[in-house]
Amino acid sequence: MRGPLLLLAGIAAISFAGPPLGAALGIDSNGVDLLNRLAGSSLSHPLGTDELGRDVLVRLLAGGRVSLTIALAAALAAAALGTLVGLVAGYLGGWTDRALMRLTDAIIALPLLPLLIVLAALDLGKLGVPPALARSDDISLLRIVLLAVLVGWTTAARLVRGATLVTRNRDFVRAAKSLGAGVPHILWMHILPNVLAPLIVATTLSVGDVILLESVLSFLGLGIQPPLASWGTMLSNAQELIASAPLLTIYPGAMIFLTVIACNLYGDALQQRFDHSEAVRV
Amino acid sequence: MIRFTAIRLVEIAATVLVMSFVIYAVIGLMPGDPIDLMRQADPRMSAADVVRLKAVYGLDQPLFARYLEWLRQALAGDLGYSRLFAAPVWSALLPRLGNSLVLMGSSFVLALGLALGLGTAAARRPNSRLDAAINLFCFAGVSMPTFWLALILILVFAAGLGWLPASGVATAGTSDLGDRLAHLVLPVATLTLASIGGYTRYVRAAMKEALAQDHVRTARAKGASEARIILHHAMRSAMIPVTTILALSFGGLVSGALVTETMFAYPGMGKLIFDAVMGNDYNLALAALLLATIATMLANLAADLAYGWLDPRVSYR
Repeated sequence: MRGPLLLLAGIAAISFAGPPLGAALGIDSNGVDLLNRLAGSSLSHPLGTDELGRDVLVRLLAGGRVSLTIALAAALAAAALGTLVGLVAGYLGGWTDRALMRLTDAIIALPLLPLLIVLAALDLGKLGVPPALARSDDISLLRIVLLAVLVGWTTAARLVRGATLVTRNRDFVRAAKSLGAGVPHILWMHILPNVLAPLIVATTLSVGDVILLESVLSFLGLGIQPPLASWGTMLSNAQELIASAPLLTIYPGAMIFLTVIACNLYGDALQQRFDHSEAVRV
Repeated sequence: MIRFTAIRLVEIAATVLVMSFVIYAVIGLMPGDPIDLMRQADPRMSAADVVRLKAVYGLDQPLFARYLEWLRQALAGDLGYSRLFAAPVWSALLPRLGNSLVLMGSSFVLALGLALGLGTAAARRPNSRLDAAINLFCFAGVSMPTFWLALILILVFAAGLGWLPASGVATAGTSDLGDRLAHLVLPVATLTLASIGGYTRYVRAAMKEALAQDHVRTARAKGASEARIILHHAMRSAMIPVTTILALSFGGLVSGALVTETMFAYPGMGKLIFDAVMGNDYNLALAALLLATIATMLANLAADLAYGWLDPRVSYR
């Protein structure tokens, strides 16, 4: 369980420390050097340079910062939204519960990737967003986060609803109610702590999912827009050079793979630790 | 059961209706405009022509009126004309659907077969070295970006070794079965490696639970052979959740594999959806996305029904 966490922390640390360090050494992640294209590894460029002479290592780390930031933001936002929906549905019950759960089921039952492609390709200009803003880096980051939240909140919602249904009739909740505690207090102080464990597991696993989603969308040209680096855009550029510079394909893919597998293994380890019934059965 | 199915079918119909409007509206928000595209292609077109064409195609109508008109025609079986294929939507759709069925079907059979073996082997000795190795393999498969796996397979087997073709469904001008199969190898391998991890984890969990049940212990006490215990006694109850995945994957048969098909230029439904969306082919994109939605939702219903049918303890009121 410590291995995946250390790997994850290591990737995060070098991704966030790398670009400022590179800038201090005078290497910019978007710095083009056309005289030095597709260079092999050297002392000044440990992993060589890409098709525009940009340093691959610094770009890899800068891309990691973008991918990890998106993944963390989206996973946390999806967990927060899902928790809210799950608490409301589970606690209020009745008609609200039925409506919210139908919505959750409907989203789970959709072919998500094709639909996300459509949403990612939307022309924000037609929605009234000024063109300069619609093409800015911030919007392309925000767009991916929103898309990931849109499909990601359902897991947390289901988990939290289930746990809320179980917990809401327990004696300590009834006791709190009879002492005059309000609904927000009961939800926050008495019900939420009881669903925290599975919620943390689900959020950890979803970080990996978002990284994969971001990389696919960016790879298809619908996510992060060049010249901003992300692991997906780097792979998208590398695809055309696959015969002449195969290493450019290997590096970003390996980073995605390592990060996602670390998230998944860590989530799995957490789940086994939290899951008492499993421990008892063994 | 009949009541449950009927209610679900009504819900699916309602969801599909809502989705058809949402997709219709959203597709209109994509970059580009069909009339603008015509105008770029033909410099002799005047502003008056644009207005006239918009009226001809009903593009001067409000969104909802246009949608109702589309819906009326779609319900009558007319899905319109595909700009990209220069053919009616149906005749563009059907061959791709067949290609996707072949691709997804063969990779599904392969992945499920391997997963049954691996999952059972892991479940027989939980926490053994073999179990840990299979577990790591599963996580590797789930964590691998599909397009990266495809790129690496192309790099090694097509660009490097030159053993297999990297794209398409057959070499132009040949109708040889061996040639078609060779074109299937890399996409099927990609899809199988990408999906086998999830399946194996399902099989392992189901098998582990099945092997812990009383009737399996009784069979063991009777002196039944290990093969008989696994195949006859445990596999039966383990197949319940496995059947659920089987039913769920029917949705994928129709919607295809967007990334894998695009990577290998394999003309299936996934690539069709991507091309239609990117190429401003509104009619085709709308029809393909709706078909994928309907298939996925029906597959979910089938999974629920199969679960209830196989396991008498589950009841749907």
